[in-house]
Amino acid sequence: MNDARTAGAATPLEIRIDSKTYVSAEGKPVEVIRDLRLQLDAFSFGALIGPSGCGKTTILHIAAGLDPDFTGERRIPGRGRLGMVFQEPRLLPWRTVADNLRLVLSPGESLDKLDGLIETLGLGAHLSHYPGELSLGLARRVAIARAFAVRPDFLLLDEPFVSLDVAVAARLREELTTLTQRERVTTLLVTHDLNDAIQLADKLFFLSTRPASVAVEMTLPPPRGARSKAMIDEIAGQVGARVPAYMPETMRA
Amino acid sequence: MAKVVSLAVLLGLWALVAWLAQSQLLPSPISVGEMIITDTRSGELPFQMACTLARVVAAFAIAFTLGVAGGYIMGRSKLVDRYADPWLVVLLNLPALVIIIFAYIWIGLNETAAIVAVALNKLPNVIVVTREGARSLDPALDEMAQAFRFTRQSKLRNVVLPQLAPYLAAVSRSGLSIIWKIVLVVELLGRPNGVGFVLGSSFSLFDMTRILSYAISFVALMLAIETFLVQPLERRTNRWRRNAA
Repeated sequence: MNDARTAGAATPLEIRIDSKTYVSAEGKPVEVIRDLRLQLDAFSFGALIGPSGCGKTTILHIAAGLDPDFTGERRIPGRGRLGMVFQEPRLLPWRTVADNLRLVLSPGESLDKLDGLIETLGLGAHLSHYPGELSLGLARRVAIARAFAVRPDFLLLDEPFVSLDVAVAARLREELTTLTQRERVTTLLVTHDLNDAIQLADKLFFLSTRPASVAVEMTLPPPRGARSKAMIDEIAGQVGARVPAYMPETMRA
Repeated sequence: MAKVVSLAVLLGLWALVAWLAQSQLLPSPISVGEMIITDTRSGELPFQMACTLARVVAAFAIAFTLGVAGGYIMGRSKLVDRYADPWLVVLLNLPALVIIIFAYIWIGLNETAAIVAVALNKLPNVIVVTREGARSLDPALDEMAQAFRFTRQSKLRNVVLPQLAPYLAAVSRSGLSIIWKIVLVVELLGRPNGVGFVLGSSFSLFDMTRILSYAISFVALMLAIETFLVQPLERRTNRWRRNAA
């Protein structure tokens, strides 16, 4: 861990959005985000929690550098190599699983490098399949494998557990914990599910309603990923006490 | 099997009517077949077909390349589309014959004019279909390619072209059949060789046997290209859809 990349990668992820507006269908500007600050230590796992439609995905797009149309600043760790898991898997349907992964590798890199990743995510038997032949859970796994395949400095996850059944989601959470710890990557998860967030993250950011900003910030005690049921319930209780009343019922646990 | 039976019935009907009519204006399938064989042996039929086929291929390549590029740009840029669309509408509604006459008068009675005329006739259709394809490109995949820093080349090959493939396949199929029909007209009006030229000179001699043998041979050739080249290519690009849920 003494090469330049790792040293450089120890910088935190910092997103400051002073203002983000878009023009509505009637031609009026609508402000969706105001004075939002996110800071995430290197190699830590942050979760952005808020009701649907509050601008979570917009924030993620800005963090990813996909949306330059905002005022503020964006500082990203290391070389700035991004791994991203979109809400829908967004695989290329006309390429096999293997080819979807191969496409994000640098030229000359072979798929063998991903053996560990493929094994952890249980994709070995599906490499020659097309995405259309996979269940949603499997397709999400491929999308996660793709995000890790680029050896990212920071990882953005947009609701990766949505519409999965309970067991599949639980397994995926475990796999994600393993992977983010093993690969030492700064991660930002966007979710509407408090339990997902508590189970995975070091730090929680609760968003206010529009224009969105961070209403409450909570640092969770370690170790993440290995929290017992009792611990999760306790944290949820603390969240319930601190998160303002405008948050919908589900957010306050 | 049904195809074979159906074609055999057509051939039988033709033979029957020709036998009943006993007229030079409707030769029997046998005499047409004989002429196809004689002219193939002498090299005349293959030569004329090759001339026509070369024009078809050249015009198709030009119309396809320019049309796909133009259609893609128009589909992606509203500004270009707004300015170029009126031209497109004019070109779409210009009769094939008018374009052919203009080309021969302005460029001269030569090969360039012939190919330009045919390509120009097909171009607007390629543009319209490709533009439709470019408009329907999935922005979600665009974003994905951007997030994962696909190179321009990789994005084109892996993200854009597969989405355009069904449109390009449709354009090639309709394109080929329209183009060869126009090539015959171009040859009839101003070329000293090719199937269209032979049909024109046979027309002035009322040589129905020759007209039928050349026309049938060329239709057979185009069907063969469609069956053995275009269709397998289409199947290949659609392979991923086979088991899709």
